[in-house]
Amino acid sequence: MKPFYTHELEDLRTKLILIGEKANEAARLAIDGFLEDDLSKLNQAISLDDAIDELEVEIDQASVRYITLRSPVSSDVRFILVAIKASHDLERAGDEAHNIALRAKNILNQDGRSGDTMTIKQMSQLTCLMMKDAITALVEKNLELAHAVIQRDKEVNALHKENFKILTIGSADNSETSTAFQKVFISKSIERIADHAKNLAEEVIYLLK
Amino acid sequence: MSTSNPSQTTSGGTPIIKIRNFDFAYGDAQALFDINMDINAKEVTAFIGPSGCGKSTFLRCFNRMNDLIDIARIKAGEIKISDVNIYDKNVDAIELRKHVGMVFQKSNPFPKSIYDNIAYGLRIQGVKKKSELDEVVERCLRDAALWDEVKDRLSESALGMSGGQQQRLCIARALAVRPEILLMDEPCSALDPIATAKVEELIHELKKDYTIVIVTHSMQQAARVSDRTAFFYLGKLIEYGQTDQIFMNPRDPQTEAYISGRFG
Repeated sequence: MKPFYTHELEDLRTKLILIGEKANEAARLAIDGFLEDDLSKLNQAISLDDAIDELEVEIDQASVRYITLRSPVSSDVRFILVAIKASHDLERAGDEAHNIALRAKNILNQDGRSGDTMTIKQMSQLTCLMMKDAITALVEKNLELAHAVIQRDKEVNALHKENFKILTIGSADNSETSTAFQKVFISKSIERIADHAKNLAEEVIYLLK
Repeated sequence: MSTSNPSQTTSGGTPIIKIRNFDFAYGDAQALFDINMDINAKEVTAFIGPSGCGKSTFLRCFNRMNDLIDIARIKAGEIKISDVNIYDKNVDAIELRKHVGMVFQKSNPFPKSIYDNIAYGLRIQGVKKKSELDEVVERCLRDAALWDEVKDRLSESALGMSGGQQQRLCIARALAVRPEILLMDEPCSALDPIATAKVEELIHELKKDYTIVIVTHSMQQAARVSDRTAFFYLGKLIEYGQTDQIFMNPRDPQTEAYISGRFG
């Protein structure tokens, strides 16, 4: 027999999936906007930030309400804790997407194009896949997929380090140095999004184990 | 201890019970002080508070069960149900109890068959037609989520049912005379967690058709089943509001202390 308030946990799960999808979409739009010099995609990424923030607040409120009124135990209480932590990670991933979009706009304003994008394309492919798989692992309760997400984080870290080395070679031209800095910050933001995807996967493992 | 007792009305619902400046005493001992509140139709309202705070006394005022106690008396104020002052001399208490049913802490089925327990109220009202009684018995047992469990043994004694089933039978029996309001005085205190969950589920279903007022010592139960919660202490209504607000953000420090278990 399921209690009459079971739907509240389902609603919470739906909200968690939604914030995950929105954060992933924001990351994809921001990185694609940067790689393709597409101002429209960058603006779309920026505009998603408020909706992601609102969802995080809603998830927090629904979680506190459920703990207060429904006295959850066992897997339900673990799920609530995961919802709170995961929504925070996804909100932070959304913030990083927002930062990427702002920096990419700065580069476009200054140089008119993104130029050499170092390893960012590879990083973004890996990171977006990590985000997607971490959310799928949560939805499908897939422990194996969650472990796979964590493994991929090392590759993203390695690619980010390469970008950092490229920067240290440096350039005499101040404007080029500024652009290179912006790109490394973008690289760093992508690396942080991957970290948040990894955190989400770890939270899924906590939930399922 | 807050001494203010503002009129505690509900918002966003249709009040069916209106209590104004209600003082109640057992002899010289005043049990309720200046209670003002509205209770909405087709909602579940929970009364919580420590033992002796007056919540059960107050509940029993809604169908004049306290009339049965010699020293009980109303010192001031009024209770109106559907705009009728229930303590008006023209109101018949027996008639009132048809509209305001009650379920007690301990299940109290009659030592009769399951069928006869439900049909009892209708029979004393003069209903004799078998098809009509059959229809009501089935409706009430279905409403009380008991039909599937007992439909093949309606002629067996109600005393052979489990405690949880007996309590749901008492709820079904109360529904037979189609009351508008159902009072429940700690209806789950003698039940195990599974039977409690079934009764809570039932309360949730019944509020579509009935107004329910429940006294409970379990704050988790109040939080789970009620739309509004009233906290009583020493005969006074300390705080009354939406259950979400009372449990998540109570305004009175005494309510906070009680629901957090830091009382006394």
